[in-house]
Amino acid sequence: MSGPRVALFATCITDTMYPETAKAVVRLLERLGCSVDFPLEQTCCGQMHYNTGYYDHARPLARGYADTFAGYDHVVVPSGSCAGMVREIHPDLVGTSPPVERTYELSEFLVDVLGVTDVGAYFPHRVTYHPTCHSLRMLGVGDRPLTLLRAVRGLDLVELPQADQCCGFGGTFALKNAETSTAMLADKMHCVRDTGAQVLTAGDNSCLMHIGGGLSRLRAGVRSVHLAEILASTQEDT
Amino acid sequence: MARNPVTWLGSPTFPKAAHAALADTQLRQNLRKATTTIRGKRAGVVAELDDWERLRHAGESIKDDVLANLDTYLLRLEESVTARGGVVHWARDAEEANRIVLDLARAEGADEVVKVKSMATAETGLNEALEAGGVRPVETDLAELIVQLGHDRPSHILVPAIHRNRAEIRDVFRREMADAPASDEPRDLAEAARRHLRRKFLSAKVAISGANFAVADTGSIVVVESEGNGRMCLTLPDTLITVMGIEKLVPTWADLEVFLQLLPRSSTAERMNPYTSVWSGVTPGDGPQKFHLVLLDNGRTATLADTVGRQALRCIRCSACLNVCPVYERTGGQAYGSVYPGPIGAILAPQLVNDPDDEQAASLPYASSLCGACYEVCPVRINIPEVLTHLRSEVVQAKGKRTPEALAMAAAAWMFGDPKRYEAAQRAGSLTRFLARDGKISHLPWPGSKWTSSRDLPAVPKESFRAWWRRNRG
Repeated sequence: MSGPRVALFATCITDTMYPETAKAVVRLLERLGCSVDFPLEQTCCGQMHYNTGYYDHARPLARGYADTFAGYDHVVVPSGSCAGMVREIHPDLVGTSPPVERTYELSEFLVDVLGVTDVGAYFPHRVTYHPTCHSLRMLGVGDRPLTLLRAVRGLDLVELPQADQCCGFGGTFALKNAETSTAMLADKMHCVRDTGAQVLTAGDNSCLMHIGGGLSRLRAGVRSVHLAEILASTQEDT
Repeated sequence: MARNPVTWLGSPTFPKAAHAALADTQLRQNLRKATTTIRGKRAGVVAELDDWERLRHAGESIKDDVLANLDTYLLRLEESVTARGGVVHWARDAEEANRIVLDLARAEGADEVVKVKSMATAETGLNEALEAGGVRPVETDLAELIVQLGHDRPSHILVPAIHRNRAEIRDVFRREMADAPASDEPRDLAEAARRHLRRKFLSAKVAISGANFAVADTGSIVVVESEGNGRMCLTLPDTLITVMGIEKLVPTWADLEVFLQLLPRSSTAERMNPYTSVWSGVTPGDGPQKFHLVLLDNGRTATLADTVGRQALRCIRCSACLNVCPVYERTGGQAYGSVYPGPIGAILAPQLVNDPDDEQAASLPYASSLCGACYEVCPVRINIPEVLTHLRSEVVQAKGKRTPEALAMAAAAWMFGDPKRYEAAQRAGSLTRFLARDGKISHLPWPGSKWTSSRDLPAVPKESFRAWWRRNRG
């Protein structure tokens, strides 16, 4: 293939818990002409350690990231918070490096690097989008995910009320301040259910694990699906 | 050294305090209503300015310059205030500041003083110190008055009684005032407060204020407010005592232009605040004839020594970060156990306390999901999430490597440190799928129960992505 040589940084949570998301990214990027590699040396960006205050443990992981992804044109991450950790925090921890500067959250890569907003997807469902905090504020992905979703055939996009409010995940916050986290989650789920959507999507599996875990507990009948899986879906899948 | 009263003695740690606060549905309803309204209004008035981001950068730069040259500017301020007939006092900590103020009030023979709303004196616990010394402080800001009469604690920087609704305020007034309000209509409540306070303004010999800004060049002190009650205190009594944190300086008169745009829009969501009072020393025959300025350190110099944490000293006490914070909105301000609640409190209070053994202060930097809404609205661009994680790292260092959390984190770091170990952990983790029913896990033992008490957890799939990749593409 002649397209850009892209490394997928799956993130530990997607690699382990949501392999279908990573497979979807591969399918999507290859469909758009990229050559995708998954360097097996990758593990975790160190966000959990950093956010919880364990800087000394986060540093070797940040160094490992720079080593693993040296030599690729671009690194694509299906997570706003892990991409944010790499781009905004790794330079503070261990200094910047070419792979850090060439790291993109998925929707950024599609819109800014590949220059596509219609990825040729088909997803005939009513969908609402939660703009996760780090995508929204740390990376500033703006309306790129919504632009991509609007171009998906068959997709009925419904606006999420108070979309920019945090779902209450926050990594170890969900455990250390579990009750406050749950109160935030309750309000987010209320907003999701108000939309009447069948599917909740976002660019971060960690936030989806949180909101989706709550919706599952309530048997709310709303599925949570990562943005990549929607964008990878085609007419042939149905 | 005496305990720093910036946090309240005996306050539980944040998660414990939040537990009680979250159970109070009236509180959550009051807060949601108030913060949602002010959030929308702030966004509206900020959007009117096409140079808002440049103003924020200007505010940040001016404050950073002040902090980098604080020694110079403070001496300049002392000189200019003294030259204009004021007396400058230096207070190392809360206790010293309170003693200076009490001595000055007593020297004037005052048994009652009127107060302008002031965070510095709330931080030092001045009211309690005055009462203990036989001087009765009277709060004249309406919200502060509600807190004082209700024998309550503040829960917001700008609106300390934000946790109270109209009916609750009416009940407090009926209990505490001679002229009780007729109803809980805002007009009746305000009228009752006006009658109550007017008598105090006319009889007070001494007033106590804080300061929003002090201009080093001219010795001018600035107080901005909405009600005009502050103006009464600043003009009627013969003696005025101002307590001010040492970081409240701006170098020149022209610098005020930036902050008088940033502060009201961020704070009350107004283009301009109704009352801006400025005074420089004393003016014969006009206003207070004696002016004392108490410069308060109380942990600020120690904070300044922290290269990451010092940005908290840029704060102009607007409270925009409280109004957008999803944690604050759920728990309210009292859960933070400090006069400085919300995101700014979570980074400022522990630094002013500066005691690694203080469990309550150590719990505050964790009272955030790191969503970043606070940083986005901060008019002086304090990167609150950055300071929060920085303070967490200090807590981690202070607690050492033997805590269960530190051991778990070290184990996770060891596992992530090598792809082979990581993959082995994935395979072990995937065995949890046998705990799952319908692909989800609904009950885990502690500490996993902190998750599963309100959320299901998906079962770890049999095959990780990397295993799939190796099988298909390797």
